Amino acid sequence: MAGGKLTTLIYKDLLLEWRQKHTFYGVLLYVGATVFMVYMMSGQPEAKIWNALFWITQLFIAVNSVAKSFLQEHPNRFRYYYTIVKPAHFLLAKMVYSTLLMVAVSSIALLLFNIMLGAPLVQVGLFAAVTAVGSISLAVIFTFLSAIAARAQNNSALIAILGFPLATPILMILSKLAVKAIVPVYQPGWWKLMLVLLALDILVIILGIILFPFLWQE
Amino acid sequence: MRKSWWKVACVVLVLYAIIGGLLMPVPRQHILNETIRNLYFHVPMWFTMILLFTGAFIYAIKYLRTGRLEYDIYSVALTKVGIFFSILGMVTGMEWAKYTWGEPWSNDPKQLGTAVCMLIYFAYLILRGGLNDEEKRAKISSVYNIFAFALMIPLIWVLPRMVDSLHPGNGGNPGFNAYDLDARMRGVFYPAVIGWFLLGLWISTLIIRTELIRYRRDNDFMLTKNKQP
Repeated sequence: MAGGKLTTLIYKDLLLEWRQKHTFYGVLLYVGATVFMVYMMSGQPEAKIWNALFWITQLFIAVNSVAKSFLQEHPNRFRYYYTIVKPAHFLLAKMVYSTLLMVAVSSIALLLFNIMLGAPLVQVGLFAAVTAVGSISLAVIFTFLSAIAARAQNNSALIAILGFPLATPILMILSKLAVKAIVPVYQPGWWKLMLVLLALDILVIILGIILFPFLWQE
Repeated sequence: MRKSWWKVACVVLVLYAIIGGLLMPVPRQHILNETIRNLYFHVPMWFTMILLFTGAFIYAIKYLRTGRLEYDIYSVALTKVGIFFSILGMVTGMEWAKYTWGEPWSNDPKQLGTAVCMLIYFAYLILRGGLNDEEKRAKISSVYNIFAFALMIPLIWVLPRMVDSLHPGNGGNPGFNAYDLDARMRGVFYPAVIGWFLLGLWISTLIIRTELIRYRRDNDFMLTKNKQP
């Protein structure tokens, strides 16, 4: 039953995305323009800079695409949802939806980076995996912050203020993990770092489930 | 909380930490030399900060459970003083690093972790500043406070320990337990920790009391209205 509600909610979000395609195209245009701008400024940088630029782009993609998960719907509609679903289901559905969105947009960004900024990747599969994990991490954090910002008079500037400090360590871990796919160096403790990142994600999800009901009620 | 014995104890202990910390003999260590005395000032700042943030975290939970705005006032005051002590800890740490690591800021994982943690709490203040409705502000900022505190623990305690750092206690550098933190140093260090913590608590209670007075004055009309039959 719970699973059914969850999938219905995710389906609702995806359907909403499909019906309002212009917002998704807006995000795509944003990604394309950002990568193009980075290309215009830096040409084809060396591997390390490439990595840094990629993760910074990821951060801005997260701020702009995931942030709207709560902000795109009218506050009054939340009152309606409140009467029919449990808050935990609602938050989880939003997190899954943002993760899907983030993975889709990130893979496009990765493709564009490879085309325009050169392809320094040694292990493409590994880098794609790190990107996927990174998308999940950024998506869950920014979804929860989006919920906070939605409560705070829909102030979308708040997301950047609240999110950047929290995202910094995650981006640091991600870029460190991604180095393995770019430069074939021996990295002791790679799996440990990966596990820490996954543990952080789980922590964020659990905290979100515990705290969201308080945000949700008025 | 208005008893005065612990305030006397605070003054005595902090004075003892300053005078004893600067004058009493310390072990001679290579490179560290006299900077080892920073142990009495730098480390207690972080202890105090962690304890104050923990208090703020507990009161944030209490607020969410009960909805009493007094708890929110407690939580904010403790956070503010905690931020103040984090700045003091950062400054004393950078001053120390200038003489031992060669420069005040060397992008050490410890420094980065704490800087991020400070940014998170600055964001908390900005979040509060952006909200006008009292209850909403209390609720949202309590939620963010709990979220931030729970993420801060891995940031400060776990992450920097996984990478090499120049900080004492990491990467083969002796921690403050491994210095010959002999009886003389312990004799100053532990009182210093208690003294600085009491000072932090004292500052917080002053803020809490003024804020409570302001809160009660602002909500005076409710009290008088309730008194009327």
